[in-house]
Amino acid sequence: MSTQLQNSYRTGPDERGHFGIFGGRFVAETLMPLILDLEKAYEVAKADPAYQAELDDLAKHYVGRPSPLYYAERMTEKCGGAKIYFKRDELNHTGAHKINNVLGQILLARRMGKKRIIAETGAGQHGVATATACAKYGLECVVYMGAVDVERQKPNVFRMKMLGAKIVPVQSGARTLKDAMNEALRDWVTNVADTFYCIGTAAGPHPYPAMVRDFQSIIGKEVRWQMEEAEGRLPDSLVACIGGGSNAIGLFHPFLDDKSVEIYGVEAAGHGLSVPDGHAASLAGGKPGVLHGNRTYLLMNDDGQINEGHSISAGLDYPGIGPEHAWLRDIGRVTYTSATDKEALDALQLCCQLEGIIPALEPAHALAYVTKLAPTKPKDHLMVINVCGRGDKDIFTVAEHLGGM
Amino acid sequence: MTTRIETRFAKCQAEGRAALVTFLMAGDPDPATSLELISALPKAGADVIEIGMPFTDPMADGPSIQAAGLRALAAGMSLAKTLGLVRAFRKTDNETPIVLMGYFNPIYVRGVDKFLAEAKEVGVDGLIVVDLPPEEDDELCIPALKAGLNFIRLATPTTDEKRLPKVLTNTSGFLYYVSITGITGAATPDYSKVAGAVARIKKSTKLPVAVGFGVKNAQTAASLAESADGVVVGSALIDTLKNSLDEKGAATAKTIAAVTALVSDIADGVRRVRKAAAE
Repeated sequence: MSTQLQNSYRTGPDERGHFGIFGGRFVAETLMPLILDLEKAYEVAKADPAYQAELDDLAKHYVGRPSPLYYAERMTEKCGGAKIYFKRDELNHTGAHKINNVLGQILLARRMGKKRIIAETGAGQHGVATATACAKYGLECVVYMGAVDVERQKPNVFRMKMLGAKIVPVQSGARTLKDAMNEALRDWVTNVADTFYCIGTAAGPHPYPAMVRDFQSIIGKEVRWQMEEAEGRLPDSLVACIGGGSNAIGLFHPFLDDKSVEIYGVEAAGHGLSVPDGHAASLAGGKPGVLHGNRTYLLMNDDGQINEGHSISAGLDYPGIGPEHAWLRDIGRVTYTSATDKEALDALQLCCQLEGIIPALEPAHALAYVTKLAPTKPKDHLMVINVCGRGDKDIFTVAEHLGGM
Repeated sequence: MTTRIETRFAKCQAEGRAALVTFLMAGDPDPATSLELISALPKAGADVIEIGMPFTDPMADGPSIQAAGLRALAAGMSLAKTLGLVRAFRKTDNETPIVLMGYFNPIYVRGVDKFLAEAKEVGVDGLIVVDLPPEEDDELCIPALKAGLNFIRLATPTTDEKRLPKVLTNTSGFLYYVSITGITGAATPDYSKVAGAVARIKKSTKLPVAVGFGVKNAQTAASLAESADGVVVGSALIDTLKNSLDEKGAATAKTIAAVTALVSDIADGVRRVRKAAAE
């Protein structure tokens, strides 16, 4: 048995949606009644065994859960230290962890009688997952996607269209994930009566950060029993990439009170943390501010104007981060670090060559850190990395950077 | 203490008419033109001046106001310069109320106490901060009231009977009724519904109720002036401003005249509607 901490890290947020000073409900008055309704509906659903049973059934038969915990033998040999396990959420239906959250929210939308679903997407994985669930349940689906991302994630744009979603390329601002979220919020403010906003990451106004975390926590819960089965004990360390941070909080949260477990979140360092506007590492290069309904670390200038981040990965290219991560950083429970575009590309290739697994560019950032961390650990150290998405969507981006292949 | 906002609404009411509230973005299209424009508003018929604090990510605004903010930021505008603009305006006008409107992040980053002290000092009268609902009153609303500034809140068609008291608590100066669910500059409201909503709100508060969103000209302004204590016009002014710019987005000789002409026209529309003076 592991030692549980006396003061739990797992009780947040408070009733006003705060994790320490982070989180909250910073939205226009028009949206406030909707957010309160959503919070109430989620509380009722959470306590309803029928809701949980429906979600469990979908996870098993539609998503394909549990996703395997796979011992990456050749990566382990190559790094020459910790025993590396992959949590294979890239094998989920639709190719990433995003579907875990979407199904939870879509079932909730159905309970609330909402007929129209909107979503923002960066890499397109959340958009694809939302389009998928909407197709399954016959719901109208509108996905906001930055025009730049529409261009660099074409395979996912085609997938969403085939699934019947309407894609709205967003031309405002930097035309990436941040602007897609602004536009989705504008849609929601306009279409309050029939529309459910399915947010893709553990950020936004309360209750989204907590709700998305709850849906994604299935990742960490599975790892607990899977590692118990494989090795007879808990892992020693967890590693996950962070954009908004939903795959990471899903893996981390069930382990926050197990003090023997080291936890690492890996942000996108883009061209390097020292390059102005050249990265998307909000914890490393940002400071506390308020955007998209919550207080969190943001990349911004001295006047509080939001900067455009950069990452080769469209899914990490966001100037903020979920509020629970901001809090976990400040209290020191989780160690946050970063990997550059180049390090991620190198790790992606290594994973392809050694394990026959093409990871998405997002978890390639986590893999890049694993190649640094694992060699420093003893051979009996059990390390779990969340391979939260598959790389099919990124093949053109990767090919371009590697010189056409 | 009576604020400039309270004094001005009382004066308009005594004249038996609605107040005209105009919105322009600070620093749009450049700081110098912006000061000239804002200084020209009272003479053109504006009773209350709302000045937008530019922000990169205005989540509740439509394309016109988003673009205005980006023009201002590109011209070097900042929150500090917005406060400077108010200071400069106050050199020639010490009566027209000034309300700063925008989003919380630039204020939070500057520091709430510092910002409030500066705002009071340069002659700001009230604040509208779009992303601070009553649930976040501790952040800025309560400190602003303590600093002697009015904190003006938005009520919307989603603000039902149950929620209205919450919205009215701690609101001062006036209540801003957003007549549609949606972003600024979007659809035209259903005027019959607006009148009903204003009447409903006025049963719960003595504050003046100003109505905005969808005011485009003298006629639409007059329709709202029938029921409201104030009529807010923003996107239409900004569209007119934008259309007066040259192909590089710079101000031209027409810019000031075009905007003030529309303000005068809308002011005529508002003043055309006579109401019973205050009882």
